[in-house]
Amino acid sequence: MTRPDPSPTTVFAPWDDPDEPPLIRFDNVTKRFGDFTAISGLTLDIYAREFFALLGPSGCGKTTLMRMLAGFETPSEGVISLGGQDIGPVPPNKRPVNMMFQSYALFPHLSVADNIAFGLKRSGNMTRQQISARVDEMLELVQLGKFGKRKPHQISGGQRQRVALARALAKAPKLLLLDEPLAALDKKLRAETQFELMDIQEKLGTTFVIVTHDQEEAMTVASRVAVMDHGRLVQVATPERIYEFPNSRYVADFIGEVNLLDGAVLRKTKAGLTISWAEGQPPIAAQGPEDLQKGANCTFAIRPEKITISSDKPEGCANALSGRVLDIGYLGNISTYHVELANGQVIKAQMANNRRLSRRAFSWDDEVWLSFTDSAGVVLTA
Amino acid sequence: MNLRRLALIAVPYGWLLLLFLVPFGIVLKISLSDQALAIPPYTPTFDLAGGWAGIKSFFTGLDLENFTYLTTDNLYWKAYLSSVWIATLSTLLTLLAGYPIAYAMARARPEWRPTLMMLVILPFWTSFLIRIYAWIGILGQTGYLNQLLLWSGLISKPLVILNTPVAVYIGIIYAYLPFMVLPIYATLEKLDSDLLEAAEDLGCSRFSAFWLVTFPLSRPGVIAGCFLVFIPVVGEFVIPSLLGGSRTLMIGKVLWDEFFSNRDWPTASAVAVVLLLILIVPIILFQRHQQRQQELDA
Amino acid sequence: MSRRFSWFNATSLTLGFVFLYLPITILVIYSFNSSKLVTVWAGFSTKWYGVLFRDQAYLDAAVITLKVALVSSTLATILGTMAAWVLVRAGRFRGRTLFSGMIYAPLVVPDVITGLSLLLLFIALGLNRGIGTIILAHATFSMCYVSVVVSSRLVSFDQSLEEAALDLGCSPFDAFRSVTLPIIAPAVVSGWLLSFTLSLDDLVISTFASGPSATTLPMKIYSQVRLGLNPEINALSTILISLVTIGVIASSLISKRASVRRQRQEQQALAQS
Repeated sequence: MTRPDPSPTTVFAPWDDPDEPPLIRFDNVTKRFGDFTAISGLTLDIYAREFFALLGPSGCGKTTLMRMLAGFETPSEGVISLGGQDIGPVPPNKRPVNMMFQSYALFPHLSVADNIAFGLKRSGNMTRQQISARVDEMLELVQLGKFGKRKPHQISGGQRQRVALARALAKAPKLLLLDEPLAALDKKLRAETQFELMDIQEKLGTTFVIVTHDQEEAMTVASRVAVMDHGRLVQVATPERIYEFPNSRYVADFIGEVNLLDGAVLRKTKAGLTISWAEGQPPIAAQGPEDLQKGANCTFAIRPEKITISSDKPEGCANALSGRVLDIGYLGNISTYHVELANGQVIKAQMANNRRLSRRAFSWDDEVWLSFTDSAGVVLTA
Repeated sequence: MNLRRLALIAVPYGWLLLLFLVPFGIVLKISLSDQALAIPPYTPTFDLAGGWAGIKSFFTGLDLENFTYLTTDNLYWKAYLSSVWIATLSTLLTLLAGYPIAYAMARARPEWRPTLMMLVILPFWTSFLIRIYAWIGILGQTGYLNQLLLWSGLISKPLVILNTPVAVYIGIIYAYLPFMVLPIYATLEKLDSDLLEAAEDLGCSRFSAFWLVTFPLSRPGVIAGCFLVFIPVVGEFVIPSLLGGSRTLMIGKVLWDEFFSNRDWPTASAVAVVLLLILIVPIILFQRHQQRQQELDA
Repeated sequence: MSRRFSWFNATSLTLGFVFLYLPITILVIYSFNSSKLVTVWAGFSTKWYGVLFRDQAYLDAAVITLKVALVSSTLATILGTMAAWVLVRAGRFRGRTLFSGMIYAPLVVPDVITGLSLLLLFIALGLNRGIGTIILAHATFSMCYVSVVVSSRLVSFDQSLEEAALDLGCSPFDAFRSVTLPIIAPAVVSGWLLSFTLSLDDLVISTFASGPSATTLPMKIYSQVRLGLNPEINALSTILISLVTIGVIASSLISKRASVRRQRQEQQALAQS
């Protein structure tokens, strides 16, 4: 997910620019609750105008990380700085950071407009006219112009979500935190809202940090994704790199569907690696890290959509495995085939249903060939 | 089934009609009668044996004389006013005392809350009379409070507290505190802590977050607590009788004296009818408030 | 709401509980005072307990009070449970509004009015006032408390359980007895306990409803207390307070143990699955 910078010739990638100062810097931050370590020795830079996603299963520390940014938790060790300034001692009500809560936390006794005005009234340097103009502007931004006078229980879930967003954005914070912002919406509304969020972020240029356990959501909205596990960062990269070049079994498995084949390096040449992985199966030809030695243990990861299914053995393909169709999952736009190899290993392969076939190309128990190029998968060592 | 259903409805219905509604009819009727040196001490009595003439003389014997009497004698309207005033002030004082307790309970660790709640309810299970009696020993001229204050040198002469309105206020706050604490605690406990974090995130200090978010959202509990204290206190008898002395005028005590000491049943009944009329407004308001809350919760 | 517990919170809790418990504590301590002057400590003694137990009037009053409480609370529980069922499950019928009004009104009508009106009824009916009329009076106001407690349980209870019983061949009455009643039993029991305590505690209504033949313990206490402090009353109060405290703590321990056992069983079930 790259987005246009003011100058159309460069892509938005401040993380690749060594001269660009980060907006937020976590420097060796650790957070403990009693005996439990929620975050351990974490170092991370987030840049201005980024849409940054913290992704991981529940309990991985992503929410703690966000709460430290909002000021509701203070790090046990390490420094968090915003714009080069340590924000550890700054209480939440004095930070130029606003948060959109997972529960939305809309004040039930205040109208939609009063909810949005709540933070503006606290800042103390705005006249009543300025506040009401700003509220109108925010209502317009989230397309709720007519709903200002309603109470939170008089609007729909999707509308509440937008009020929460407007309220958090009203004070024009340097940083907006979104805690599972779309978790309470149904699937279709969630997909639409993801694009709205991206539009608003692009329009305002505010830095967004989103916490989510939904990998699809993170991939859709974020400029960069940080995958977390047990209080550590596993990989921080753009969605494409996270998907195509996961750095570990954990990331490959967490994001999308993947086939993981454990094996060892059989041969190593300039052109690439050969991995032996199962008795009676041909070794896999793949591209891999240079430092991998012959005989080293490794895992070959390949996404189902990178595998082609055919009834005859394909010519000139780097890898070809034969098996039998075990199961077919029809998902509309694509179908997933579970193919069992002679050694019992089940491989998932996906094919786009780009033609309206009354008759499927392959059926249960068909003998098929699975093929993929030597650059289709990645070799993982962690 | 239908017969059973009918029986199930009829038994409690009949019971309440006979022992709750009919008695009120009798009170109303006697309040319209005249005092008499007889047993029972009022006229007219219902004389069915007299036939139509009996019924007619019964109704012509009824009048509003007792109610006019209530307006002419200062004692009664002063007693009504003073009861309502004492109830209002003591409700406010109970709120001031009860809110911080409820607030602290709601902020205590969840595993402590059932115990705290039990500690608030426990005095409610012990005899009301005894709890009020305990204050006689504390507030009297030679009571524990005066002993303590004299010993500490803060005062040189014992304070007169017992048999004054102050003692009544203390007794009311003491006896009715749980009724204030529990409904407020119930609303505060439900309060989503995200709302307070959101308020702080939007620039509130903790103090202003309390006034802008916590307090407005605890209002249903505050209102319920105030009604639960105010309504019974207006008709309270035991507390003014034991702690208030002759200087505290409350209508419950006036009614009691009218009935047991003066044996003036018609006046006592008229006092009761007016007291009920005074209480009907807050009772209806309270019912409507509770209903609205239930609908909002649902 | 569970956030930082501040000094202010700790202070208000401490002061609140001191206020609630100090008077009772002093009362209990001074019941062991040997002096006849209640507020002047003259050394430890249990003599007032001896005096109390030899005082036949107190014993008689205690017996009457217990009889009244046992009978009236049982009556109130039966009537109150029926009334709760009528409120929640009987559907619409003529006079339902009046009925629910009569259930809730006694909770807020001052005791002096309830007492007065019942007395006038008993006289009009020509009933001999005594234990019987006190029981009738107590059962009447207690049944309202019972029906409030039980109906709140009935409302929260899943009606599909009753429907399942009907589906499996129960008559509506069987369904109530074999499904509904066991489930609302805790509320029925706490309704009974509440009635029992209310009856033990009542002074005003008893005074109106009783004749010269029956004096309950609160009436006896009130007649003594009106005359001022009395060491016998301190001893009696201590006994009553201890009984109630033991009762409440025991019942809360029993219910806590039941919930702990239930939790453990649920955990075991989870672990086995």
